[in-house]
Amino acid sequence: MTSLYDEVQTPTDGVPTRRVTMTVNGEKRTVDVEPRLLLAHLLRQGMQLTGTHVGCDTTSCGACTVLLDGRPVKSCTMLAVQADGHDVETVEGMGSASELHPVQEGFKEEHGLQCGYCTPGMMLASKALLERNPDPTEDDVRWALSGNLCRCTGYQNIVKSVLWAAEKMRADKGEDA
Amino acid sequence: MYPNRFDYESPKSVEEAIAILDRSGGEAKVLSGGQSLIPMLKLRFAAPAMIVDINNIPGLDYHHVDDEGNLHIGALCRHVDLEESATLADTHPTLAAAAGLVSDPIVRTRGTFVGSVCHADPQGDWQATMLAQDGYVVAQGPNGRRNIDMRDFVLGPFVTALAYNEVAVEAVIPGANGTPRGGYLKLERRVGDFATASVAVSLDLDGDVIRKAGCALAGVGGRTIDANEAISCLVGKTLTEDSIDQASDAVAAVAEPRTDHRGSDAYKRHIVQTFVKRILTNLAQTEQKAA
Amino acid sequence: MALDELKIGGMGASRRRVEDNRFIRGKGKYIDDVVLPAMLHMEVLRSPVAHARIKSIDTSAAWEVPGVRLVLTGETMAARNLAWMPTLSYDTQAVIATDKVRFQGQEVAAVVADDPYIAKDACSKIVVEYEQLPAIVNPDQAKNSDAPLIRDDKVNQDSNKIFDWEIGDKEATDRAFAEADVVSSLDLHYPRSHPSPLEPCGSIADYDRATGKLTVYMTTQAPHIIRAAVAMVAELPEHQIRIISPDLGGGFGNKVPVYPGYVISILASILTERPVKWIEDKSGNLISTGFGRDVYLKGEMALRRDGKILGMRMHTTSDHGAFFADAQPTKFKIGLMHSTFACYDVPAAHLTSDGYYTNKAPGGVAYRCSFRVTEAMYFQERMIHAAANDLGMDQAEFRRVNLVKDDMFPYRTAFGFLTDSGQYAKCLDLGLEAIGYSSFKAEQEEARKRGKLLGIGISTMTEPLGAGNSREYDIIGIKMFDSAELRVHMTGKAILRTGAKTQGQGHETTWAQIVAHELGIPADDIVVEEGDTDTAPFGMGTYASRSTPVAGAAVAMVARKIRAKARKIAAHLLEVSEEDIEWELGRFYVRGNEERGVTIQDCALAAYSNVPDGLEPGLENNAYYDPPNLTWPFAAYICKVEVDPETGVWDVLKFVAVDDCGVRINPMVVEGQIMGGLTEAYAMANMQYITFDEEGNCIGANYIDYLLPTAWETPGFELHEVVTPCPHHPIGAKGIGECATVGGPAAFVNAVMSAIEHTGVRNVDMPLMPNRVFDAVRNGQDISGMPPVRVD
Repeated sequence: MTSLYDEVQTPTDGVPTRRVTMTVNGEKRTVDVEPRLLLAHLLRQGMQLTGTHVGCDTTSCGACTVLLDGRPVKSCTMLAVQADGHDVETVEGMGSASELHPVQEGFKEEHGLQCGYCTPGMMLASKALLERNPDPTEDDVRWALSGNLCRCTGYQNIVKSVLWAAEKMRADKGEDA
Repeated sequence: MYPNRFDYESPKSVEEAIAILDRSGGEAKVLSGGQSLIPMLKLRFAAPAMIVDINNIPGLDYHHVDDEGNLHIGALCRHVDLEESATLADTHPTLAAAAGLVSDPIVRTRGTFVGSVCHADPQGDWQATMLAQDGYVVAQGPNGRRNIDMRDFVLGPFVTALAYNEVAVEAVIPGANGTPRGGYLKLERRVGDFATASVAVSLDLDGDVIRKAGCALAGVGGRTIDANEAISCLVGKTLTEDSIDQASDAVAAVAEPRTDHRGSDAYKRHIVQTFVKRILTNLAQTEQKAA
Repeated sequence: MALDELKIGGMGASRRRVEDNRFIRGKGKYIDDVVLPAMLHMEVLRSPVAHARIKSIDTSAAWEVPGVRLVLTGETMAARNLAWMPTLSYDTQAVIATDKVRFQGQEVAAVVADDPYIAKDACSKIVVEYEQLPAIVNPDQAKNSDAPLIRDDKVNQDSNKIFDWEIGDKEATDRAFAEADVVSSLDLHYPRSHPSPLEPCGSIADYDRATGKLTVYMTTQAPHIIRAAVAMVAELPEHQIRIISPDLGGGFGNKVPVYPGYVISILASILTERPVKWIEDKSGNLISTGFGRDVYLKGEMALRRDGKILGMRMHTTSDHGAFFADAQPTKFKIGLMHSTFACYDVPAAHLTSDGYYTNKAPGGVAYRCSFRVTEAMYFQERMIHAAANDLGMDQAEFRRVNLVKDDMFPYRTAFGFLTDSGQYAKCLDLGLEAIGYSSFKAEQEEARKRGKLLGIGISTMTEPLGAGNSREYDIIGIKMFDSAELRVHMTGKAILRTGAKTQGQGHETTWAQIVAHELGIPADDIVVEEGDTDTAPFGMGTYASRSTPVAGAAVAMVARKIRAKARKIAAHLLEVSEEDIEWELGRFYVRGNEERGVTIQDCALAAYSNVPDGLEPGLENNAYYDPPNLTWPFAAYICKVEVDPETGVWDVLKFVAVDDCGVRINPMVVEGQIMGGLTEAYAMANMQYITFDEEGNCIGANYIDYLLPTAWETPGFELHEVVTPCPHHPIGAKGIGECATVGGPAAFVNAVMSAIEHTGVRNVDMPLMPNRVFDAVRNGQDISGMPPVRVD
């Protein structure tokens, strides 16, 4: 869908900005941004997509994970201008208005979240894993999620949530577990 | 958490990038994966006046082995590309062993091999693998290309021999003439931690005789430690308990560890020795099984 | 025709969580998601040095940055009497430093600007001149007569000592030691750690000059305490202060204290007449906010040759950083440290304690530990482990001899606690069976042939939860009750509000289950709200695992009040007297005539349309619960590890957890709490710690140095359940939030000690990082404490 207006990030006098266009959750968005603006901040403050969270300042925790062209990246360690011409998927883009993505369902079914702060990043990293490996082992899941920190769950239920989702996705495709 | 202001350019060719760097007079930094540079910008440890983003230059995201068996890694080849390679373990097993140990899986989708080497962090994994295998960096500047041997590439922590108007366009790691074998072990307290100590070992075998041996260490000194000479005691020999002990002692002796909150210098030196021994012993056992 | 309790989401149902619906869609509303019109952004400048006089501070360049609205220094705060504020431990704490900085990371200035990038730009233009002083980084240095006086701001403070405290019976304990056959002793250091919830702290202060009302969105686990504190500090009337705690990305005790950033943002809003948002970064959170632990624990046990414990002595020295800012019950200077050994029959005990100032972040906050109980239980189980070895007794057998037996309840401990229920031996036996204790020796032998060392560690403990009864417990004088308010609407749906504040524990799901249990209203028909002081009844918040024991009890009590009124309405509708009314889940019926009945929904409608004479209409009520006693869950945690003597790396082969937390409201939620707690225990045993170098520089002020385990390192846990209901709690529940964090670390450490005991090593203090384990094994020597890191 083409945007009917240009979103403008308010610059402070004389500060050069750059116009970039990216697709966010399937929707084309054009923005004027300072080059130093981090992608995480563009998503959160610029586009009010606050599901992407900021949990550290050393690229360690993964709470800011989004999918860039289908691959998980830490949006706090990317400049917004670098998303120019690319596809960004945030948690708000998972599932549809009427239906949750199996990963989202799995996290609820298997108690894969408590405070919910790491959850969007965890789910997107999990989604990316399942798209490349539809039948992961527990070790595969733990390895793929080792860039996402959680303080509440102890990870065991997160692993169960992902395996639950994997099974559902295989069943939906008509494959057996 | 918030970088300083900087100017930003996004060239569409290497030549354009070089021209911009040339004009900048040393005030610009090249941005590829950004997984090392952007954290430094956010903490304001780095504050360049300009960022030259090479991510939009086509044709740099390759990695392939040429007819002579040499591995060419383009400037935009991501860590994950090497981790997921089906053939790397056969041609360059040391790199294959290291690939999954670089940082964490999400950083690996974005960070680049060449960028990591250019960042020149003394604890960097890839530098150690390159140093152990006579790797070199191909730099391109206003006057054309030049090869910079890994030994000459890193001048100090976070400082390389690249001129301010040069871009590292690829890294080359020679292939083995005989059978390539190798390993990489890293002691990290958790995924993504900096190494307490790590060891890269590379062997070129003729049957079970070692024709060439390379070794380098990370995390045990203010720079990547070149242990090639130390491990050369293996050349002409086969892997036996004695030759393995000799090699691990020799390599441990050239480490330059410092005591810090990850451990004493004696401990780190011991880890180096243990890891060399384990890599070589594992290779010896695999050889026996194959035989 | 009673309703099926599990089907309506009552107690015992693993009801899927209500809060998940928004979290999995990324629609949670955490503090940084809240945006108010015309909002400004605040950034704090922190001191790079640990101890220094401030010679000068020049903010002129900061004011020049376009987009900057306000720059605050200690001087501007002092002019308004806000440079210092009281702490929850009757000390004072600097809001912005004036004369001196007393820890690395302390606030020295603040900038308010149009956006956080500009605020940060301006902060970096502020020039501060420091005159460095020697830094004190542990109590030993603090005690030294040559040590610089850290709190030279306090009148009558002539040393770095904060307090002395003692409890117990010294004479009886001395007698016990005189009779002992064997005395076992141990010196331990529980290193400084940090709760580090994934989301750091923050506030949005919004002062409306037109109405005089101050609204503060704040990451707080205890909004009502904060309202009172803000009233005191800012000298604003309490009824004109509204604290709103939104969704919290974890708490673990870190979000209980009042932080300088909150106070500065409030003043900034008053001065700029706009909402001011302050969100700290993770480094600010780690370096300056409420840490946990950092206690030295010295103990001795008097033992009889047959294994009976005769007495126990303990001395603790605690490091509180630059300001004594513990959030804990007033009467107990070292929290509930004296709950140590509560699960064992120990006739005599004595505890002495002192506390010191150092040049480190202030606090000692309860980090998922019920007021120092983590330290108490770690100490206990490490002592027990060492004592069993000193006696040459099997670890399990030694515990069996001394654990309080089922028929000994109610049991008065030597320190005066009254434990009331438990099946300690049963839990221990279950755990030993599950871990394969009887076949362990054979396993250990086999592993030794492979060059690996196997060990098993046990940790059994009961912990005091649900502080606490008003006779003994208060925080700055305010009693520690809690509350619930329930309003049942005319269509039988309801809204419940409590004085607690969930940070991931699932209150929106579990409190509704209690109401469903009491009233038969389906849990899905009950919405639960917490955190807004304008609407929530007064409570002391959620920390120290107190919510189920206290707020949960209040929920049950208010539901019962509602049911009692509904009963009267039912009698009226059924035209019988109240004595003839019986209750089953969801409905009242006439005794002897079960067909004749009315549902709770019928009663709700009638409350608004057809009440009997003399009864007030409506079906709404509240309850304030003063718990008669603490609750005492019990746990047996057993861990099996494999140590690699060549590197010091250890792996968990198996971990069994047997928890008895009384009646479980939602088994799924309970298990989630246990696994989360065990992971924190694993982290603390293994890698998670904060230390300092000789100059007071903090090592552990970011996630590069402060290590949290990922899914890759974290082991799996096998959970088992025993249920011994709490005799005094309305629904028999005891609470679970912190048990695993409290009891877990000793299980891991004891396991590693067991694996290496043949070397003669008795103790390696946490964290058991590979280099420490290796050094201990290689040298056959204990590794104690965490000396200041050498500056290279």
